Amino acid sequence: MLLSRVAERVYWQARYLERAENVARLLHVFSALQLDLPKGTKLGWQTLVQITGHEEQFVEKYKQENERNVVRFLLAERNGISLVDMLAFARENARTTREIMPTEAFELINGLYYFARDNAEAGISRAERNEILDQIVSRSQQIGGLMAGTMSRDEAYSFVRLGRSLERADMTTRIVDVDSQKLMPELEVEDAEPEAREPYENILWMNVLRSSSAYQMYRQHVRERINGEDVVRFLLQNEQLPRSAAHNLTTMTKVLRNLPNSNKVNWQVNKTRKLVRDADVNRLLRRGLVRHLDSVQKEIAQVHFKIADTWFLPGNS
Amino acid sequence: MRVNWKTYNSGKFFDEIISSPGYARKPARRLASYLRSLTHEELQQKKTAAELAIKTMGISFTVYSDAGNIDREWPMDIIPRLITGSEWNQTSKGLQQRLEALNCFIHDIYNDQKILKDKIVPEDLIMDSGNFRKQCLGMKPKYNVWAHICGTDLIKGDDGQFYVLEDNLRVPSGVSYMVENRRVTKRTFPELFADDYSIRPVADYPAELLDMLSSLSPRQVKHPEVVVLTPGVFNSAYFEHSYLAQRMGAELVEGGDLVVEDDKVFMRTIDGLSQVDVIYRRIDDMFIDPAVFNKDSVLGVRGLFNAWKKGNVALANAPGAGVADDKIIYTYVPEIIKYYLDEDPILSNVPSYLCVDRKQRQHVLENLDKLVVKPANESGGCGMLIGPQASKKELAEFRRRIKADPRNYMAQPLISLSTVPILGDRVVEPRHVDLRPFVLQGDKSYVTPGGLTRVAMVKGSYVVNSSQGGGSKDTWVVDDA
Repeated sequence: MLLSRVAERVYWQARYLERAENVARLLHVFSALQLDLPKGTKLGWQTLVQITGHEEQFVEKYKQENERNVVRFLLAERNGISLVDMLAFARENARTTREIMPTEAFELINGLYYFARDNAEAGISRAERNEILDQIVSRSQQIGGLMAGTMSRDEAYSFVRLGRSLERADMTTRIVDVDSQKLMPELEVEDAEPEAREPYENILWMNVLRSSSAYQMYRQHVRERINGEDVVRFLLQNEQLPRSAAHNLTTMTKVLRNLPNSNKVNWQVNKTRKLVRDADVNRLLRRGLVRHLDSVQKEIAQVHFKIADTWFLPGNS
Repeated sequence: MRVNWKTYNSGKFFDEIISSPGYARKPARRLASYLRSLTHEELQQKKTAAELAIKTMGISFTVYSDAGNIDREWPMDIIPRLITGSEWNQTSKGLQQRLEALNCFIHDIYNDQKILKDKIVPEDLIMDSGNFRKQCLGMKPKYNVWAHICGTDLIKGDDGQFYVLEDNLRVPSGVSYMVENRRVTKRTFPELFADDYSIRPVADYPAELLDMLSSLSPRQVKHPEVVVLTPGVFNSAYFEHSYLAQRMGAELVEGGDLVVEDDKVFMRTIDGLSQVDVIYRRIDDMFIDPAVFNKDSVLGVRGLFNAWKKGNVALANAPGAGVADDKIIYTYVPEIIKYYLDEDPILSNVPSYLCVDRKQRQHVLENLDKLVVKPANESGGCGMLIGPQASKKELAEFRRRIKADPRNYMAQPLISLSTVPILGDRVVEPRHVDLRPFVLQGDKSYVTPGGLTRVAMVKGSYVVNSSQGGGSKDTWVVDDA
């Protein structure tokens, strides 16, 4: 039977690992997006800080929201927020649950942490960034694959899946939240014509899809020319897409069937799932998307609290 | 530059690999010539590869320092140490004999105290011992065994014989590194295994440990719930706690995971409370139960001691077992073996002087600059005086300490520890080693083939503790050729 303390650490290990991968994806996509913009246009890098929800800490430390500062802040700095720190936390949680995780999983997480720690500084400049971020994403995928291929479908694995799904659902709602006007403010100013913005809007949505590895799947399943409405619907509501909010919430309901005393958590997950699935995206895009996504994120946070209340040691979270 | 055994010289010390410059001892010949067959670059590459393997495998230990606790990579020298099978068989018997006698002694101390009544061991030595737990009086653990896991420190003297330096009966550590060192060596020198040497495997220790622990269960169930109780992630041996739990498939618990109800022990799981049968505790006696021992302990579990005394849970090692690993009691072990088993000791002690005895103390005080002085209850090489290397000030300090508290000190001549080669940055050089085999006793007993070899990495040094810069070596028990 799984100890409450171990369940908690396994869950957080999965969350931190997933969050690190998401940050790597976001940085990767932003770096690529920048290259598609017209000469002299600056990308609104602060959007990245907003997505991760750490504006306050950023402003405390940096005056300028430029590429270098944002990348340093999110990738390399030892500030308890950066990708390297996410991996340090994931490793620490893995190190303290080694008795139940596959040995190879710890070795991979450990190796990934050292790789990121030793290379993150180099990733601040553009030249090596892609290579490093690629490595981080693919090694994270390898860890997920190893766990899927070696762990029994027991309670420990259920907590890995809960942590990962929750983090993915949360991150996808944050990515969809990007505001194209803030992201490309200069285009707005220089070109009043909406038509001039359009190609860049498309590039933006394309990159949003790419950040979730969903571009190809979108092409195959939606078959519409890329547009905001379909992309948002795809990322939030598509049940088949492994990084969509709906898919991950549904996964959680399945995982919960294997765990004892899961009623309260299940109720909260279903409430969140309904909120995501029943939303009228077309209407929200015209008005209220930001508020809607905020309330989804709040419900997801509630899912976490219900999980902690139900299974973790009291007074720990 | 290749390894040159002709320039390798251990001086007056007994070297376990090279008998005289250029000549390897018989069992080590293939190892010595194999090392010679590699170029300097190849050897250094293997060294680097082994260090990398240790890093990625996450074999670590924790060092306490002012700057906080640091998780460090485990230091291992890649050249293995060799012991022949016939020598080990004899040593192994000696270790089992010793632990059996020590367990008789502990059981006697907490029950009939015959050995005290017969005046073989002075009663006040026990009553004054910091490791005697009066709360344990009258307890009869299963099989009358108190020390289930023992780490016995052995050294080889100038005569090439093993001597017992000390018995560790409380929470001896290091066994996980013994197993992991082998795993690293297999990666480093796969050519040497099977082709050149038939080496006794060490990887089944966790299975032996689980069998022994399961045999202690008070409940007669097919799969007793066995847990490893750790002080937590900041303990220097946390790696080992987690490692053993993983390899045994046991839960790794901290004090906060356990709760005692109706004198039974339970762990908090995601499905509520679940009963625990056997606790392999890696927490010192004084911290296991704040209701009985150290009241400020946050590591332990309130009520655990009573649950054990009522026979509802097994504790390994039992509280109070440390009464026999006191360095003063150590000097009585040959008599203890004769008294309980009516046998001669197979393994010898290092000759020792007790400071509590007036005549012996006189000898110690007069020869302090030639002796090693040890306090009764310290571990990890703390509080020791190495006479020949000590300053006048240190000698005077110890003279004062011994006079003030003679019960707490014993002295031994400085034994010449044997040497084995280590791979330095440029050449192979002799360094001093000791050996910690692990002995299990439950319904039956078991000794690891070999054990953990610790090596002083600094030239001429005798300090082998990893907390003080010591390293380790894989230890091979090989069939006699």
